[in-house]
Amino acid sequence: MNVILTFIQQAIGQGIAILFGATGEILTEKSGNLNLGIPGIMYMGGIAGLMGAFFYENGNENPIPVVGLVVAMLCCVAASVLGGLIYTFLTVTLRANQNVVGLALTTFGTGFGNFFGGSISKIAGGVGQISVKVTASAFRARIPVLSGIPVLGQILFSYGFLTYLAIILALVSTYVIRRMRVGLHLIAVGESPATADAAGINVSRYKYTATLIGSAIAGLGGLYFVMEYLGGTWSNNGFGDRGWLAVALVILALWNPANAIWGSFIFGGLYIIYIYIPGLNRATQELVKMFPYVITIIVLIFTSRRNKPENQPPASLGLNYFREER
Amino acid sequence: MNKKHAAGGSVFHLTKRSSISRKKAWAIRFAAILLSLLVCAVFIFMITKQNPLQVYAGIIDGAVGTNRRLWVTIRETMTLLIIAVGLTPAFRMRFWNIGAEGQILMGGMMTAFMMINFGNTIPSGLLLVLILIVSVAAGMIWGLFPAVFKAYFNTNETLFTLMLNYVAIQIIDFCIVYWENPKGSNSVGIINAGTRAGWMPQVFGSDYGLNVIIVILVTILMSLYMRYSKQGYELAVVGESQNTARYAGISVPRVMIRTMMISGGICGLAGAIIVSGASHTISTATAGGRGFTAIIVAWMSKFNPIAMLAVSVFLVFMQQGSIQIASQFGLNENASDIITGILLFFLIGCEFFINYRIERKKESGEG
Amino acid sequence: MTTPYAIELKDITKRFGSKVIANDHVQLTLKKGEILSILGENGSGKTTLMNMLSGIYFPDEGQIFVNGKEVLIRSPRDSFDLGIGMIHQHFKLIDILTAAENIILGLDGPSRLNMKEVKAKINELTGKYGFDLNPDQKIYDMSVSQKQTVEIVKVLYRGADVLILDEPTAVLTPQETTRLFKVLKNMRDAGKSIIIITHKLNEVLEISDRVSVLRKGKYVGSVETRDATVESLTEMMVGEKVSLDIERTKPQGVEIRVEVRGINVRSHEGVHILRDVSFVARSGEILGIAGISGNGQKELLEAIAGLQEIESGEILYDAPDGTVSKLSEMKPEEIYKLNIHLAFVPEDRLGMGLVGSMDLIDNMMIRSYKDGWRPYVDRRPPRKLAEEVVEKLEVQTPSISTPVSRLSGGNVQKILVGREIATSPTVLMVAYPVRGLDINSSYAIYNLLNEQKQKGAAVICVGEDLDVLMELCDKILVLAGGRVSGIVNARKSTKEEVGLLMTGGKGDK
Repeated sequence: MNVILTFIQQAIGQGIAILFGATGEILTEKSGNLNLGIPGIMYMGGIAGLMGAFFYENGNENPIPVVGLVVAMLCCVAASVLGGLIYTFLTVTLRANQNVVGLALTTFGTGFGNFFGGSISKIAGGVGQISVKVTASAFRARIPVLSGIPVLGQILFSYGFLTYLAIILALVSTYVIRRMRVGLHLIAVGESPATADAAGINVSRYKYTATLIGSAIAGLGGLYFVMEYLGGTWSNNGFGDRGWLAVALVILALWNPANAIWGSFIFGGLYIIYIYIPGLNRATQELVKMFPYVITIIVLIFTSRRNKPENQPPASLGLNYFREER
Repeated sequence: MNKKHAAGGSVFHLTKRSSISRKKAWAIRFAAILLSLLVCAVFIFMITKQNPLQVYAGIIDGAVGTNRRLWVTIRETMTLLIIAVGLTPAFRMRFWNIGAEGQILMGGMMTAFMMINFGNTIPSGLLLVLILIVSVAAGMIWGLFPAVFKAYFNTNETLFTLMLNYVAIQIIDFCIVYWENPKGSNSVGIINAGTRAGWMPQVFGSDYGLNVIIVILVTILMSLYMRYSKQGYELAVVGESQNTARYAGISVPRVMIRTMMISGGICGLAGAIIVSGASHTISTATAGGRGFTAIIVAWMSKFNPIAMLAVSVFLVFMQQGSIQIASQFGLNENASDIITGILLFFLIGCEFFINYRIERKKESGEG
Repeated sequence: MTTPYAIELKDITKRFGSKVIANDHVQLTLKKGEILSILGENGSGKTTLMNMLSGIYFPDEGQIFVNGKEVLIRSPRDSFDLGIGMIHQHFKLIDILTAAENIILGLDGPSRLNMKEVKAKINELTGKYGFDLNPDQKIYDMSVSQKQTVEIVKVLYRGADVLILDEPTAVLTPQETTRLFKVLKNMRDAGKSIIIITHKLNEVLEISDRVSVLRKGKYVGSVETRDATVESLTEMMVGEKVSLDIERTKPQGVEIRVEVRGINVRSHEGVHILRDVSFVARSGEILGIAGISGNGQKELLEAIAGLQEIESGEILYDAPDGTVSKLSEMKPEEIYKLNIHLAFVPEDRLGMGLVGSMDLIDNMMIRSYKDGWRPYVDRRPPRKLAEEVVEKLEVQTPSISTPVSRLSGGNVQKILVGREIATSPTVLMVAYPVRGLDINSSYAIYNLLNEQKQKGAAVICVGEDLDVLMELCDKILVLAGGRVSGIVNARKSTKEEVGLLMTGGKGDK
C-alpha cells in the first residue's frame, strides 16, 4: 500500500515537468509552429529561475522565501520567452525552417543551462555547487492541513504549488482552445494560415503570442524540476530528455492539454517504474528505463493508423506562412 | 472599428526573390558570420570580462594553436562532416531523420563490442574491416525501423527517430554494466589501451589520418551517388512529390527504406570512426549532440558537400576554441554549445535575406 | 452629383517578381445594386485584381475608392471593414471546424464564444435568402455546393455590401447554378453589389447587368449586358475574332484498346468513388470524360494507369498485335511499358507528372531513367528530348536547365504532354489538359491530341469545358456520382443532354 502511494506521488512528481512542456508545446503547435526547441527552452527557464533566486539569496542577509519564489518565476518566464522569441523571430518573421531552428535552439538552450548551471557560482566569485535552499522551500511548501490527511492527502495535496499550477494551466489551455474566440482563431491559424489570414486574423501575431506563451509555460517545467524536484540545485544534464518526452506527449494527448495531464502521469510512472519492479539488477534496470520511449513509439505507430480528422496534427504544422506565395 | 490610415506613410513589403547573384548571397552570409562573431564576442566579454580580441586570439590558439589541437579540430570536423553527409540522402528525400544520435551510438556500440570481444583473437586489420561492416549494419538497422513504419503506416518519422535515440542510450547504459572497466566506475574506459587492437592505425603520422581518408572518401562517393546515380535521382523525386514518384513507377516504400538504410549506415560508420578512430571508448555521450548539429549543417549547406565542409570547419573551429577559453577560465565546456547556438541562429536567419527582398513601398494617395 | 460608385479602381498595377505583370493599369467601376461580371481568359488577371480588393495582395500602383472615398486595403481585415466580402474559388474554410465556427472566424466579439446566438443569426440569414445549411455540420462532411453556401453566408454574416465571387459555378451542377443565381438576384434586389469572375459567356449573359473585360492583365472595356452577345464578348476577351472550331477528323482504324469492366474504387476513408464503371476506349478516337469535378474522373484515369487500387472489376488492354493484358493486375511501370501513357494535370500542376524543382532534362527522364543496366543515369537522351520538345512545341524557357516551377502554366503543360507523346503511345490519357492555359496554348494542345488520334492512339480526355469536349471528342462518357450516367456521340448530342447526364439525370434512383 505504502509502495503504491509513493509510486503515485513519484510518478506525478516526474510527470509535472513533462506536463508543463507538453501544454506549452500544444499551444505552440496549435499555431502551426512545431517547436523542437522546447527542451532547450525548459533548460533555459530552469537555470534562469535558479540564477535569479541565487543572486537574490546571495544579495540578501535574510532572504524571504516568497520573494525568492517571485524572482525565480519572473526570471524563468523572461528567459523562456527569450528562447521563444528567438524561435518565432527566425521562423515567423524570417521564415526559417522550423525543425532546424528548433534543434539549434535546443542545442543553445541545453548549453545555456549546463554552462550557467556549472559556472554561475564561479562567475559570481564563489566556489562549489549552486544552491538556493530558501527559495526552494517556498516552491516545496505543501498545503497545510490537507496534505496531512492520510492517503488522499498524500496523493492529492502533498505537492508544491507548481504541480497545481501545471494542472490548472493545462485545463485553462483546453478551455481557451475549445471555448474561447481566441482559441477558435488559433485553431484556424494552425490548420490553414491562408484561410485565417483571409478571415482577417493576424497570423503572425497569433503565432508569436501562442509560441511565446507556450514557451513561458514550458519554461516553468524546467523551473519545477530545478526547484521542487531537485530542491534548488543544478545537476548537469539532470533534466535529461524530459523535454523531448513533452514533445512526444503532445501527439499522444491528441493536441489536447487536458489529455496531457494523465498522459504526463503515465510518462512519469514509466520513468521511475524500474525502481518498483522487484528482481531487477543494474543491467535490466537500464532496459526497463526504455519503457517511456518504446511505448511512445508504439502509440505513435497506432495513432498514425487512425483517421479521425479532429485527432490529426494541425494541418499546417511545420510550415511557415508567406501571404504572397504563388 | 476605426481604420483610417495616415496617407503618405510607408509600409514594408516583402517579395520573394526570383534569383540572386552568387556574390550577393555570399556577401549576406559573410555579413551574418561577422555579426554572429560580434554577438559571441559580447557574450564572451560579459562572462570573462576580457578584451574580446584577445579572446578571439585565444579561440584561434585553442583550435589550431598546437599540432595536437589542430588534429583534434580536424578530427572533430571530419566527424561532423560524415554525419551531415549521412543525413543528406534522408533530408533530400524530406525524411526528417533526427535519429542520427541513435544511429551513431548503435554503430559505436558494435564497434566497442568487437574491440572488447575480439581484440585478442582476430588480427588487427581484419578486425578493423569487421568493425566497419558491423557498425554500418547496426546504423542501418536503426535507420530501418522508422523507415519501414513511415513507408507503410506513414508514422511520423521525426518523433520515431528521436525516441530511438533514447532507446539507443539505454542500450548503451545496459552494455556499460557489462563492459565497465574498472569495475564500479560506471564507464568503459579506454578499450584495449595496451594492445590498441581495433584502433584505427596511424596515417600521415597522425592517429586521425585514417578518419580523414574515410570521411573524404564517403563524402565524394555520396555526392556522386546523389548527382549521378539512378537511386539518387529516385530519392530526389520521392522527396519532391510522392505522387510524381508513384506516377514514374518508383516504389516509394522501397526508396524510403533503402535511403534510410544508407543514411543510418553512414551514421553507424560515424559511430565506428568516433569509437575506433578517436575516443576509443563508449558512453552515452559518444554522439554528443552532433547528430543534431549535423542536421543543421546539412540543411544550411543545401546538401552541397563543399559547403558542408566549410560549415563544419567553421562550427568545430569555434567550438574547440571556446572549449579552450572556457577551461582557461575554469568554466565548463558547455560554453561551446552556446557559441554554436548563436552562430547557427545567424546562419539560419541570414537565408531570409537571400530568399526575400524587403521593399519599402511609398503609399500612394496623399490628399 | 451622381451617387458614387460602390467600388472604383484606378490604374491598378500588380507585378509578381520582375517579369510577370498580372495587372497593368486596370480601371474598374461597380455601381450600387448591380451584378457586374468580370470576364477574361484564364491568366488574364481577374483573380489577382479581386485579391487586391479583398486584401490578399497589395497593389504596386493605383488607387482604390469605396463609396467615393479613397482607401488603402492592406489586409483582409481592412477589406471586411469596408464591407467587401470575397468568395474564393478555392474555399477558405477550416475542415475540422463546423459551419458556424467557420462563419464567425476572424470576427470580433465577446471573448467567450456564444454559439447559440451565432447559430440563431445564421439560421435567420439562411431563411431570408433560402439557403440550406446546418450550422453544426463539419466542413469535411460537406459537399462542394454546401461549402460554397458556407462561404456566402460567411460574407453575409459580416454584413458585406459588396460580394465578389470567383468562378462560383465551376464546381456546381446546372441545377445548383440556377439556385445560386436566384440567390444572387435576391441579394442584388436587397441592395447588395455583386462581382462575378467568370469565363463562361452564357452565365455572363444570364446573370449580370454589366460586363467588364480583362485581357492579359489589361483592362479592355465594359458593356451593358443587354448590348452584348456571345460573339462581341468573345472578341473583347480574346482580342480578335477566333473560330471556336476545333478540327475534328473522322476516326480511322477503330479497334478496341482498353476495356474497363465494372470497376469499383473506394478512397482511403472508405467513400465509394467509382461504382461499376464500364466502357471501352478505341484507337483512332478521342473519348471525352465529362462530369462535375470530383466525380471520379481522376481515380478512373489513375486506375487505368495502375496508380489507383481498384476494389473489384477488371481493366483489359488489347494491344495492336492482338495480345490481351490485364492492366488491373499490373504495376505502373509495366503498364507504362505497354505504351499506355497518362499525362495528368491535377489542380496542383506540378503535384504529379513533373517535379517542380528539377530542370527540363531531369523531368524528361522521369519515366525513362531506369533504361539500361547501368547504376548511373545517362542524361544525354533526355537532354535531346528536352531540346526537341522545346523546339517543336515552342516552349518559352530561358534554358533546358531551368527548374520547371519557374515556367508559366502553359509551358509546363507543353513539357508534360510533349514528354508523354514523344514515345508515340497507343493509349494517351489526359486530364484537364488546358486548365490555366491561354487560347493559343490550348489549341496547340488540342492539335497534339488530334495528331495522336490520327496516328491511331486511343485518346482519353477528361475535360471541364463542355463546349470544348463537344467539339474535340468523338464520344463523351459522363460520370455522375462515380457512375457512368451515359455515353453519347459527341457529333450528335447536345450540350443540354450532356449537362443533364452530369447531374445524374437518369438512373440513380
